[in-house]
Amino acid sequence: MTPRAYRVAKVGAEVTVPLAILAGWQLWTAHAGSQYFPTLWTILKEFREMWLFSQFGEHVVPSLERIGLGFGIAVVVGIALGIPIGLSRWARLWTMPHIEFWRAVPPPALLPISIILLHSIENRQKVAFISFFCVFPVLLNTIDGVRGADPTLVDTARSFRIPRRERIWRLVLPAAAPQIAAGMRNSLSLAVITMVLAEWWSSTRGVGYVLLISKNTFQMAPMWAAIVLIGLLGYLLNVLFLLAERRLLAWHRGWRAAEGA
Amino acid sequence: MEAAESEARLERAPAAERRRIPLVEPLIFVLSIASALALWELVSRTGLIAERDLPAMSTTVEKLWSLAKTEDFWGAVGHTVRGWAVGLGLATALAVPIGIALGSSDFLASALRVPIEFLRPIPSAALIPLLFLTLGTNVKSEIFLATFGAFWPLLIQTMYGVRDVDPVAVDTARSFGVPRFERLYRITLPSAVPYIATGMRISSSVSLILAFTAELFMGLPGLGQKVGFTELNGLYEELYAYALAVGLLGLAIHLLSTAAERRALRWHPSQRLGTT
Amino acid sequence: MLEIRHLAKTYGSGDKVTHAIADVSFTVEDGEFVCVVGPSGCGKTTLLKCVAGLLRPTRGEILLRGKRVTEPPEELALVFQEYGRSLMPWTSVRNNVLLPLRHKKLSRLERSRLVEDSLASVDLTRFIDHYPWQLSGGMQQRVAIARALAYQPSILLMDEPFASVDAQTRGDLEDLVLQVRDEYGITILFVTHDIDESVYLADRVVVLTHAPTEVKEVVPVDIERPRDQIATKELAEFAHLRGHVARLVRREQVATPEGVEIPAP
Repeated sequence: MTPRAYRVAKVGAEVTVPLAILAGWQLWTAHAGSQYFPTLWTILKEFREMWLFSQFGEHVVPSLERIGLGFGIAVVVGIALGIPIGLSRWARLWTMPHIEFWRAVPPPALLPISIILLHSIENRQKVAFISFFCVFPVLLNTIDGVRGADPTLVDTARSFRIPRRERIWRLVLPAAAPQIAAGMRNSLSLAVITMVLAEWWSSTRGVGYVLLISKNTFQMAPMWAAIVLIGLLGYLLNVLFLLAERRLLAWHRGWRAAEGA
Repeated sequence: MEAAESEARLERAPAAERRRIPLVEPLIFVLSIASALALWELVSRTGLIAERDLPAMSTTVEKLWSLAKTEDFWGAVGHTVRGWAVGLGLATALAVPIGIALGSSDFLASALRVPIEFLRPIPSAALIPLLFLTLGTNVKSEIFLATFGAFWPLLIQTMYGVRDVDPVAVDTARSFGVPRFERLYRITLPSAVPYIATGMRISSSVSLILAFTAELFMGLPGLGQKVGFTELNGLYEELYAYALAVGLLGLAIHLLSTAAERRALRWHPSQRLGTT
Repeated sequence: MLEIRHLAKTYGSGDKVTHAIADVSFTVEDGEFVCVVGPSGCGKTTLLKCVAGLLRPTRGEILLRGKRVTEPPEELALVFQEYGRSLMPWTSVRNNVLLPLRHKKLSRLERSRLVEDSLASVDLTRFIDHYPWQLSGGMQQRVAIARALAYQPSILLMDEPFASVDAQTRGDLEDLVLQVRDEYGITILFVTHDIDESVYLADRVVVLTHAPTEVKEVVPVDIERPRDQIATKELAEFAHLRGHVARLVRREQVATPEGVEIPAP
């Protein structure tokens, strides 16, 4: 196969395979007539009816709020704690046992406890739950990024008598930024799923709630529409984040490329 | 698509010019945990947080201890561990071969890129309601969920690992006429092992979380079910004991996976990278 | 201006002791260009870091203009070998050179001027708004030099700055340093493993022994200035001095024991 033909075939496959899968889905569900697997068309129709835009305000917005707040708090706390811990060997020795423990706990295990301790099933309980677990990817990556700051860079700054605070702000933090960004991305996808779990456990509004209710009332199409929305949400948030990262960390790609040469 | 798994990076220790007495580190470790436990005990006993809401550390540990003497407890642990193990095992059996195939074939990878990118971000737990209705509330759902969730990180990591093999090594083998399968077996796979090990560490924790979640929300036998049950019936002391048990299980699995990963990573050239 | 008195540096304790530097003493006069050479592993970088105040010596002291050095002194600037790792890749050349100036009490205008002047001295004005990694290795090192110059130090320490640069660029950079020294009148302490380079640049060459390191000999280089890459290296005097230093280093290189105990002082 000539290189050109190969490339054409590749692009062709890239486009046709997804379409084929979708078409296959539609055909199979239409034919099999299973009540649990509505046709693709039905799902899309339901999706459009529910989320654009009748139930958007009532359910999507609260869910997004929770994700936003939870993620936001997690990032701030994760970086704020990660920097001093990353810089101090003693702090690391002291805190790592705890960090390693809490990040290994499956989040749903703490759902009931979060309600008991906070005496509430209001938004703050869910946000607290989400942000608690989303701290860890950011925290761990910040610690790693800060520790990995090039000693030559640090020595250079010290030789120029740059005060500690400036060193951290102007050198350590930017140097750690790529790593922190990766942690933030993980944290964001974690935020989506912890949001769903929290909503299942104790909520009357939100995408997770809709998902649960549809299942309880055996409404298949809305249930699928909710699943699709959740997947889409995760996907879009990730893409948006990557775009922002691409912009802000363009220097990193350039630098890596130059180094590799 | 950056799988910058920072946890897999070797720590680069700062240029320290002092040596510490090796005893200090375990000491701090013990002190740190001991003080946290003491704090827990204090907060609960003094009523800073009502003892009903937060049973004291000693109460919880005692409860866990007495539970650990029952068969029922270990039965639950066994169920969760089984869910984790089968989920991880199936995911590995599927993800590694597929990952190798996709990593080796540019064409296949392109063809399947879009479906993978769309299926990957679906939080597996969101499928629980669907599983409720289709596979039903039985262990099949738990296994399916754990497998589905654990599959993706491992697939991606395997693909990366296969792609990351040093092209010079592969070309050298080709020039010596080494057949394709052998090239895969002798050069590509060993080079990809560290990535696969990292993938397994991630997938391991995902599998546990999903097995537990399935048990919690579907009432399947296991630690998840215990947590749900004790909460429903206001048995807070047991609840905390089970939560502690899950935490410890999670920790044990995490340490196991990390240790295995470190061994696999040790010889890999990327770990000898250090500084240029 | 710079006095190094009986500097010693040891790492570790008990059995695992490493005597990097045993006893090094020499001086550097105002405006002098002193090169330090020695066999590999003789602690040249450690020496420089101690002088720069980045490492604390185990014994001995370093006096800069009569004052003890305990932390990086204000009139001192350092240029490392690994330029790629001492420059900030996330910002422009301009901001890189600007970094050390932010803490000096200068107006924005003055800072700006210093940055531009120093970049002009190293002939990089055209690249002032580029990222460092967009430049070649030699150019990046020039940025590092410009940064040190903008800082207006009275003494410049350079740790094998041209070791990672190709041979042709090295010659240009060597001449650049000489030029800069004449232009700014600064004192330079230059560590290198390249013997030709050391004799070419220096007023005096300090030859170190292998670890545990001491000063083997201080060789005055009386060759007239300005020096030229071709003409100077054709001189008999150059060849003679170079040979002398080379022999000293070679003798040290042959015998390199590890973990030798230094006799009690």
